[in-house]
Amino acid sequence: MYSEKVMEHFRNPRNMGEIPDADGVGRVGNPVCGDLMTIYIKVKDGRLEDVKFKTFGCGAAIATSSMVTEMAKGKTLEEALRISKMDVAQALGGLPPIKMHCSNLAADGLHAAIADYQKKQQSRK
Amino acid sequence: MPRRIYLDHAATTPVDPEVVQAMLPYFSERFGNASSLHRFGREAHEALEAARRSVAELIGAEEREIVFTSGGTESDNLAIKGLVLAQGKKPGGPHVVTSRVEHPAVLESCRYLESLGFQVEYLPVNREGLVDLAMLEKAISPATVLVTIQHANNEIGTVQPLEEIGEIAREKGVLFHTDAVQSVGKIPVDVKRMNVNMLSLSSHKIHGPKGVGALYVQGNLAPMPLLHGGGHEKNLRSGTENIPGIVGLGKAAELAAQRMEKDRKYLTGLRDRLIRGILEGLPKSWLNGHPTQRLPHNAHFGFAGIEGEALILGLDEKGIAASTGSACSSKKSEPSHILRALGLNDVEARGSLRLTLGRENTEEEVDYAVEAVCEVVCRLREMSPLWEEPIIKRQLT
Repeated sequence: MYSEKVMEHFRNPRNMGEIPDADGVGRVGNPVCGDLMTIYIKVKDGRLEDVKFKTFGCGAAIATSSMVTEMAKGKTLEEALRISKMDVAQALGGLPPIKMHCSNLAADGLHAAIADYQKKQQSRK
Repeated sequence: MPRRIYLDHAATTPVDPEVVQAMLPYFSERFGNASSLHRFGREAHEALEAARRSVAELIGAEEREIVFTSGGTESDNLAIKGLVLAQGKKPGGPHVVTSRVEHPAVLESCRYLESLGFQVEYLPVNREGLVDLAMLEKAISPATVLVTIQHANNEIGTVQPLEEIGEIAREKGVLFHTDAVQSVGKIPVDVKRMNVNMLSLSSHKIHGPKGVGALYVQGNLAPMPLLHGGGHEKNLRSGTENIPGIVGLGKAAELAAQRMEKDRKYLTGLRDRLIRGILEGLPKSWLNGHPTQRLPHNAHFGFAGIEGEALILGLDEKGIAASTGSACSSKKSEPSHILRALGLNDVEARGSLRLTLGRENTEEEVDYAVEAVCEVVCRLREMSPLWEEPIIKRQLT
């Protein structure tokens, strides 16, 4: 049911964990629906210096979280905001149709973390 | 070769080599149509009737009360829709009483009847999955024509007190059907003692082939057939009989009757070892279903902080075949209706694991499975934002 790429990220998730002094945190999903993820970002000079995740959910939820952290790391905020759900699914060699909308939350999580960072910057000014 | 341990016997079982041997001649050598008058037909007919005897013996029925079908789902449909539709519509009813933890073959048959304007009552169950007998008694009204309650649950393994349910149905003068797909061949079933009027069973759950099952239909009861045609199976199920499949079911039934007591003791021992190992190995884990009134081969767990599908994938990586609940629902994303009926919340219902044992499993495999489950659950908890406690790595003993 899952592509080999999904299974590989499920087996060896990249960037799993928390960033205690994160500059932005995005929490998306709902455990009632079966998926909940938190994305942590560390920003330096307008770039994502570090991205980490914690996820409760199915294999697809874990693999998309892992993939999005890998895709976003080192990118500028603008570039990271352009990473779409579709990009994440494609990078994983596709997802089963039922997982496309329910478990493919990682890009939303990343965007939420960036929004959180930007809001904190705003309030600092 | 990587390890492969099959712990999903409630989904299906391997066909016993003796069953395969019994079936083989009926594909090419004795291929006759059981309705034919010539020798080929007679051979097939004899095999059909011998299988009917074996199935009848396994559940304490008369031979003439066994109707062969394509499996558990068809048996449930024939019993429920057939019986109710044969009654015709009467004012104020007819009315069916069932439970909230039935297999979809029963639930969807009932929902179909509702769509035709019949009334159905779905009884709740307690935390262990048992139907409340006082509630059952109250639910039966003069309009009730059928009570359909499973013998054993396909996900959590809880075994209902069938004798008592049968007694209530008899006292109230209503017919009683039970889906015994999970229990037949595993624990004793006696349709007369349990006062069951109709009972569904399936071949592939008892080391027989897929695509064949049976419905026990008591005496002269006549549900309306779902398949009209040449009038096979006492007019209850038209269509040329699947002789190789039926022979396989017959042999599987015969073997199950011989082996049941020994297998039951063996599997109960393995099951309890599995339950003990996992519950002792992992904090915030629990057993779903009844602690003792459960199938000898079923262990169903809940784990806080994780999602079941990821656990199944993780176990698959370690060579263990398991499921979250029923195989039928593993590709859907809604939490199990059975776990919800137990009163588990949506998050608790997500972190579930069903391990169902078979006669070929060993103690050593169970120990390996305990280690694997503990390891994968810990790994997923480390990843989970819902798990905020330190991960205690289980000490290998």
